[in-house]
Amino acid sequence: MDTQVLISYLPRYVSAFFLTVRIGLIGIALAFLIGIFSAFCIHFKVYILSQVFKGYVELFRNTPLLVQLFFIYFGLPKLGLSISAELCGILGLGLLGGSYMSEAIRSGLEAVSKSQTESASALGMNRGQTFFYVILPEAFTLSVPAIVANVIFLLKETSVFSAISLMDLMFTAKDLIGLYYNTTESLFLLVSFYIVMLLPISIIGSILEKKVRYKMFGAN
Amino acid sequence: MNEILKVENLTKAYDDLKVLDGVDLTVSKGEVVVIVGPSGCGKSTFLRCLNGLEDIQEGSVVFNDEVINPFKGSPAKVREKIGMVFQSYELFPHKTVLQNMILAPMKVRKAKKKDAEKEALALLDRVGLLSKKDSYPRQLSGGQKQRVAIVRALMMHPEVLLLDEITAALDPEMVREVLDVVINLAKEGRTMVIVTHELSFARAVADRMIFIDGGKIVEEGAPGEFFDDPKTDRLKKFLESFSYN
Repeated sequence: MDTQVLISYLPRYVSAFFLTVRIGLIGIALAFLIGIFSAFCIHFKVYILSQVFKGYVELFRNTPLLVQLFFIYFGLPKLGLSISAELCGILGLGLLGGSYMSEAIRSGLEAVSKSQTESASALGMNRGQTFFYVILPEAFTLSVPAIVANVIFLLKETSVFSAISLMDLMFTAKDLIGLYYNTTESLFLLVSFYIVMLLPISIIGSILEKKVRYKMFGAN
Repeated sequence: MNEILKVENLTKAYDDLKVLDGVDLTVSKGEVVVIVGPSGCGKSTFLRCLNGLEDIQEGSVVFNDEVINPFKGSPAKVREKIGMVFQSYELFPHKTVLQNMILAPMKVRKAKKKDAEKEALALLDRVGLLSKKDSYPRQLSGGQKQRVAIVRALMMHPEVLLLDEITAALDPEMVREVLDVVINLAKEGRTMVIVTHELSFARAVADRMIFIDGGKIVEEGAPGEFFDDPKTDRLKKFLESFSYN
């Protein structure tokens, strides 16, 4: 491996890293919002919306992100909507992630026993108070492992962004290999940057998981 | 004596299955009514109808001159005044004992945190659990959880307290510590409707005993008469099933 080459590639990887992190985090935040709303509608059987979101979840869970990105990137302009590749990436990740987050949060909501709702309402709490102070925190605690797993999965999924010419880590590596044939250095940097991105998130995730779950389940 | 709770011709059915069939009951202020009966007779369902956790098909439940079941609008307002304690405790597992107790007073009664905490600590002290105020429910024994559940219900200043088989899930040696709390509440003159299988406790705490079987009140009376001189064969048989001689 040539250190000179590594150093000269570094700036491109760094900017690709920040692009990937930026799109990834915004996309995941979007996914989280969609997921909470969708899980809420499905769990509480909200009129029509619950059916719409059930369809949405199945559609996006059962098609690859790459296919979804192609539809957004090449399909929307045909409808007269042209949006930037970056926005496409965020939208794609948000929609895919939303379907996964929805299922993770819904499983938590369903795992909270019905008698907790009764217990809260027997204390005079109305439906909104019961949901926000009792059901949602408990459901979130139960869902945390699944949510953390989803976050890591979604960040790795950003590697298909290169297909819509976003200059993310994967794109950068492929580009550099195509230009200079320094395969070893390019791939080494690619792996390194993914680890630099994901390892802290894994660690923060498991700390968060322990912290949140400690209340209900104790240390283990 | 002034009536606080009046049930008339209460009928509850799940599809074709009639669980409660025309039950009448009046509870006066300060009275302790204990309901017993075989499993599946509808006694727990009856209790749940009293604070609107179950809807009813016929009849009415009147609380302080206000019809609360079948209810119009939000039942939350009424439930503030009718506390309930469940067999399975139902503490909120993500909150400490103290947080469990002050949540509803702060959100529903809009009590100040300081006042709610002060009141909660006094109540915890009374049931001997002051040292557990910062524990999570998973760190408590069954008996401790149930004592917390009782004082949590008291935090809402209920006019009536409904206790639904509160010792049924407990180990035998923990039953006593919970029932002692209830007996003290009775001595203070709290109005309570209690469903239980603990007959000696029932005898000690009840002003009036009710025997429900097959969805109907079969017999009722003062505890002395009820236990020592039952009138109906069904109650005799039920009471005999508890003795071993």
